[in-house]
Amino acid sequence: MAAFAAESGEHLVAAPRDERFRRFARSFDERAYRARLRELGIRWLPRSSGEFPGALAAIFDPPPGVFTRGGGGCALLDVPAVAVVGARSCSPYGAHVARMLGRELAAAGLVVVSGLARGVDAEAHRGALEAGGPTVAVLGCGIDRDYPTAHAQLARRIRERGLLVSEYAPGVEPAPWRFPARNRIIAGLTAATVVVEARERSGALITADLALEEGREVFAVPGEITNALSAGTNRLLALGATPLTGTADVLRSFGVAAAAAPVPELNGDLARVFDALGAGASAIDDLVSATGLDAAAVASALGELELHGLASEGDGLYRRAVTA
Amino acid sequence: MEVEAHLQSGVPAFSIVGLADRACQEAKHRVRSGIAAAGLEWPRRRITVNLAPAWLRKEGSSFDLAIALAVLAASHQVPAERVGDHAAVGELALDGTVRPVGGVVVAAEGARRDGLTRIVCAAESAPEAALAGIETVPIEHLAELASYLRGEMEPHRPVAANGMPSTPRYPDLVDIRGQHRARRALELAAAGGHNLLLAGPPGTGKTMLARRLPGVLPPLTVDEALEVTRIHSVARLLRPGAGLVRQRPFRAPHHSASMPAVVGGGGSGLRPGEATLAHNGVLLLDELPEFQRPVLEALRQPLEDGTIALARVEGRAVFPARFQLVGTMNLCPCGARGDPSAECSCSPQRVASFRDKLSRALLDRFDLVVTVPRARAAELAGSHGEASDRVRERVVAARDRLAASRPPRTPPADALLDRAVERLPLSGRGRARVARLAETVAALAAADAVGPGHVAEALAYRPPRELAA
Repeated sequence: MAAFAAESGEHLVAAPRDERFRRFARSFDERAYRARLRELGIRWLPRSSGEFPGALAAIFDPPPGVFTRGGGGCALLDVPAVAVVGARSCSPYGAHVARMLGRELAAAGLVVVSGLARGVDAEAHRGALEAGGPTVAVLGCGIDRDYPTAHAQLARRIRERGLLVSEYAPGVEPAPWRFPARNRIIAGLTAATVVVEARERSGALITADLALEEGREVFAVPGEITNALSAGTNRLLALGATPLTGTADVLRSFGVAAAAAPVPELNGDLARVFDALGAGASAIDDLVSATGLDAAAVASALGELELHGLASEGDGLYRRAVTA
Repeated sequence: MEVEAHLQSGVPAFSIVGLADRACQEAKHRVRSGIAAAGLEWPRRRITVNLAPAWLRKEGSSFDLAIALAVLAASHQVPAERVGDHAAVGELALDGTVRPVGGVVVAAEGARRDGLTRIVCAAESAPEAALAGIETVPIEHLAELASYLRGEMEPHRPVAANGMPSTPRYPDLVDIRGQHRARRALELAAAGGHNLLLAGPPGTGKTMLARRLPGVLPPLTVDEALEVTRIHSVARLLRPGAGLVRQRPFRAPHHSASMPAVVGGGGSGLRPGEATLAHNGVLLLDELPEFQRPVLEALRQPLEDGTIALARVEGRAVFPARFQLVGTMNLCPCGARGDPSAECSCSPQRVASFRDKLSRALLDRFDLVVTVPRARAAELAGSHGEASDRVRERVVAARDRLAASRPPRTPPADALLDRAVERLPLSGRGRARVARLAETVAALAAADAVGPGHVAEALAYRPPRELAA
């Protein structure tokens, strides 16, 4: 790291002078190191580079540079981007909203940035991938690590067309203090941050705070006031964050028109079930009593709605997958 | 199995040879007391009883009656040539009464194969023995047997040889209010013989629903009933006096069940486990993730081919185990997930490790996965649901239709299925599962072919992503 820092020289008061550093500097072979990075498909993007994203360079404590990995290329970091962050142990509602946002923002041509964590982060990435858009994941560990391990495959899919970004060199272990630091990069890379679900003391709120400090837009998804998972987001709203009532809110702040979602003409049972879903998350049994159809017809309609991307299921409850 | 007795002069003694176990060895005392109590004479000579083939391990008390007969025949108290064409199975009480034992139907079938004409057994076992298609001699006391063999009396005819007095009774679906989706899933499971996984917060009636599956399945055919009777007879689960088992088995082992308890084997000898006892019926695994993982994995073989092949020191056995599996589970360890009125306190890691207990391979065996939501108060106060009898009629009709021919898929249905594979996280196996289930949906709807609507409904029963991932 220090070798790269020396290149820009900016964040060091003085070059380290202790014996350990001298020993390290003597044995460090920069060329071999760069070759190894190339082998791993990793690129080092120093702050001094012209390709370093301006938005990230503008924050209070930008990293000396970032490692990037993936087919998206560094140009991706200059595309207008939105951060979608939130709780790891999110509710089905939070997962649903994150996915929908990821999908609709990506469809509108924005880059979805998040942290590859469980819960909201992963859903946002998945949503963006579903829409075929590139997405950027900022890691809190070495760029070559798959953390959490369960998301190794998701990371691979992101790498295909998107980008993994980390300020940590290959091999650096994930550690609790690295994640809040990672959050400043998420906030820095994006013009707006959406907090989907957050408890009272959530890491997502750190991202929101950092975004506010840098004067970026912060959206919060309103939740039930009785739900601890919404305590953080509702508090953000009380403090003046913009309530997110639909993807269009975010798009407006970018001056982008919502990509007209091709809602197919619904008729018959499909229309009745879709209308009934307007009342909120419903179990099939609720829909049976709301529509008067039998369980078989409702299940069949929901299956089709899911295929049209108009409904989705979580823990036995179905929701509309598009905002009104 | 042959029982021989040899009397010789010498110090009076009684020994049983031929790898007899403890219960079998104790037959000495029961037989001696029984013969005395029947007013017959205990030969005061040196008696050796051999259970042939001598290398095979024998266990239990079923040989009492045969041993007594061998001794009586050897001491010329009953005509030996008459004894020769009878099989005998039963336990003796100290007062000479004959008690019923397990496995009579299997013994009777063996006797018939060996060319014996009649089987002697306890009166309570007679209807069971009669199933083997062999003439039965039901007796209540050893003295009665002796006089029958001497030709002094004719045996009683067994009452209603093949008859189970009442029709089987199962818990009825009429007790379940609301739960439209789960009821529908149960009907589909019954019609297509699909395995069913019910997930949801506690207290939503998952177990109650599962217990009602046997009641909507078609009645057992005679062959199926015979198989069930044989298994239950060997496992000593038949009620005395019962003949053919017409009730579909329903087994619900506790989640602490061990591997031998579920798949069989264990103890001395090769015993059928719960999976075999559920043959032609329903195996309910309540709280599926609480079961030991090896036990669950061991069920994959029977789920695939309907048999369990066991290999133990004592020998090998292939048990039939074609059952319909119903599993229930909570959505997270604390159980609150999926319940709008409670808040789940489980960390994502705990939820993940809870769900990881079910392997992909096992999950793939469930054609239907249903999340049962908490019933709302309004529904609980509502009217009763449809009765099992009505549902069963539809199930039987659908099964007949499926047995005649699997309905073909229409081109629009194929297109829908392809789109599902493209848009939803649906694996190749998942696709096959949806296709199979769609056939059942079509059969229940009495349709000639699988339409897109049938496929769409089948899609709604695929496992949720959190489980599948």
